[in-house]
Amino acid sequence: MIALDHVIVRLGGVRVVDDVSARVEDGEWVGLIGPNGAGKTTLLRAVAGLVAHDGRIELGGHAVSSLKRKQVSQRVALVPQEPVMPRELTVAEYVLLGRTPYVPYLGTESGADVAAVERALERLDLETLAGRRLGTLSGGERQRAVLARALAQDTSILLLDEPTTALDVGRQQQVLEFVDRLRAEQSLTVLAAMHDLTLAGLYADRLVLLDAGRVAAVGSAREVLTGGTIAEHYGADVAVVEAPGHGLAVVPVRRGR
Amino acid sequence: MEAAAVRVARRRRAAPLWAVGSLLFLAGALLTGVLVGPAHLGVGDVVQSIAAKAHVPGVTSPLSPVEDAILWDIRLPRVVLGALVGAMLAAAGATYQGVFRNPLADPYLLGVAAGAGLGATLAVAYVSRQNLIPPAAFAGAAVAVALTYALGVSAGRERMGTILVLAGVTIASFFTAVQTFVQQQHADTLQQVYSWILGRLPSSGWCDVVLLLPYVAIASLVILLHRRQLDVLSVGDEEAATLGVNVPRVRLLLVVAATLGTAAAVSVAGLIGFVGIIVPHAIRLAGPSSYRMLIPLSLVIGAGFLVLADVVARTALSPAEIPIGVVTAFCGAPFFAVVMRTSRRFG
Repeated sequence: MIALDHVIVRLGGVRVVDDVSARVEDGEWVGLIGPNGAGKTTLLRAVAGLVAHDGRIELGGHAVSSLKRKQVSQRVALVPQEPVMPRELTVAEYVLLGRTPYVPYLGTESGADVAAVERALERLDLETLAGRRLGTLSGGERQRAVLARALAQDTSILLLDEPTTALDVGRQQQVLEFVDRLRAEQSLTVLAAMHDLTLAGLYADRLVLLDAGRVAAVGSAREVLTGGTIAEHYGADVAVVEAPGHGLAVVPVRRGR
Repeated sequence: MEAAAVRVARRRRAAPLWAVGSLLFLAGALLTGVLVGPAHLGVGDVVQSIAAKAHVPGVTSPLSPVEDAILWDIRLPRVVLGALVGAMLAAAGATYQGVFRNPLADPYLLGVAAGAGLGATLAVAYVSRQNLIPPAAFAGAAVAVALTYALGVSAGRERMGTILVLAGVTIASFFTAVQTFVQQQHADTLQQVYSWILGRLPSSGWCDVVLLLPYVAIASLVILLHRRQLDVLSVGDEEAATLGVNVPRVRLLLVVAATLGTAAAVSVAGLIGFVGIIVPHAIRLAGPSSYRMLIPLSLVIGAGFLVLADVVARTALSPAEIPIGVVTAFCGAPFFAVVMRTSRRFG
């Protein structure tokens, strides 16, 4: 469970996250939406304990600020928007890094850590790529490797920052379906910043709309994804249409037609 | 599941092969270093002399007192010193490349070379005592890196890696300017300073080895113990932090260890370039890129590489000696070019 209580994050003196309160229940998927610069990434970084904040952020009942770095990393895995992927590391070596929170400071991985990596590789269908160097992977394969590392981290909370950026529609679906399956099977709590409003509405249980660091709307896709709300906060003309049996689709419309 | 297990295991099985191969290379280099020189020493005689020194029962040294002195007072200490310097420079280079995520980082990145150069120049110009060069070089290197770090910290802890490199460039430029000025004022010192800058392993018995050993031992141990952390740093500061690593502390520890070891190596052997870049990259191109293997392999192969370079330095134009820094670059550059061209594993 993630609980945010009047959270404020200042970067360079500016309130990038401004008095945000929200909850993500165990096993729930909350989509964080909002225009560029709304504070989505900063909020995720605050939840991961990477930036100082005022107010209170709790992970499973413990304040992030009271947890040690390693304790946070045993509870939260963050998949960044543009992960750094050293070209020379193999997929197996990269996924093995996900076990860092469990490896003693000057120690090395145990058999259990290697087994966790093998499970993660198998879940992401990466067994045949385990020995390949990251520099030789396609975009979709790279994203699966990043997810495998997060999975190997074995946390109850998964933070995703634009997980489908630069993926084709098939890969987008594959990644989100995988996260959804994982959430169901392992009761994973997911907080994901998402640009694609249709996908956000399709996969998230609830949406939190941020604008200028503040919460502008919270609720189900039907409550948040309205033409008026999107026009007000994104400055975009869209048509929100019902795809029978599949939820809502947010379609941009050309102005003046 | 089975396929993944096999692949992870296969990569682990490659480790002993690399370990054995690199140790054989080092043993061959050490033996070559001991055997090659103006005075001929036989392999068997050298082995027997070493066994006799180790008090193996019933073994006596077949070498004459002069040969014994050549072996024990000249060649062995120089070979051991070369091994220590080579191991330190290669491991420090690999460490810097990991900490700063910069493939061109070498152990002199934070001003060690410029500081040591200024220290040595001041010692020669104002004190005129050759034996003061090593401590003065060490002090200069330590001061330069301390200033670099202080400047980096004062400029901000955000993006510390980049800031530190910039601070290193700033301090190095300043120290080099002062060194050039002092040299111009004391033109008679140019040759002494120049020969030190090009690097040279001294043949002054075991005292340099004793001086250097504790620094290399401690620095290497710290780096070896943190080799897994270096792998984690390769995904960047922020991601390393999300994996539970205290990035500033690990970086500081590694930089201090690598810098102290490098400063000590530079103070006895001068500025030997190229080793810190060529050895780790040659290993990466040939196979392992994880720091877990790269660090120990850099120590062993770096040691062997510099011992062989020293053999060339003292025999190619015998009885004259070529500066070892010239040899490392002269032999290293074509070797590296060949490795780079033949390797298919890069990128």
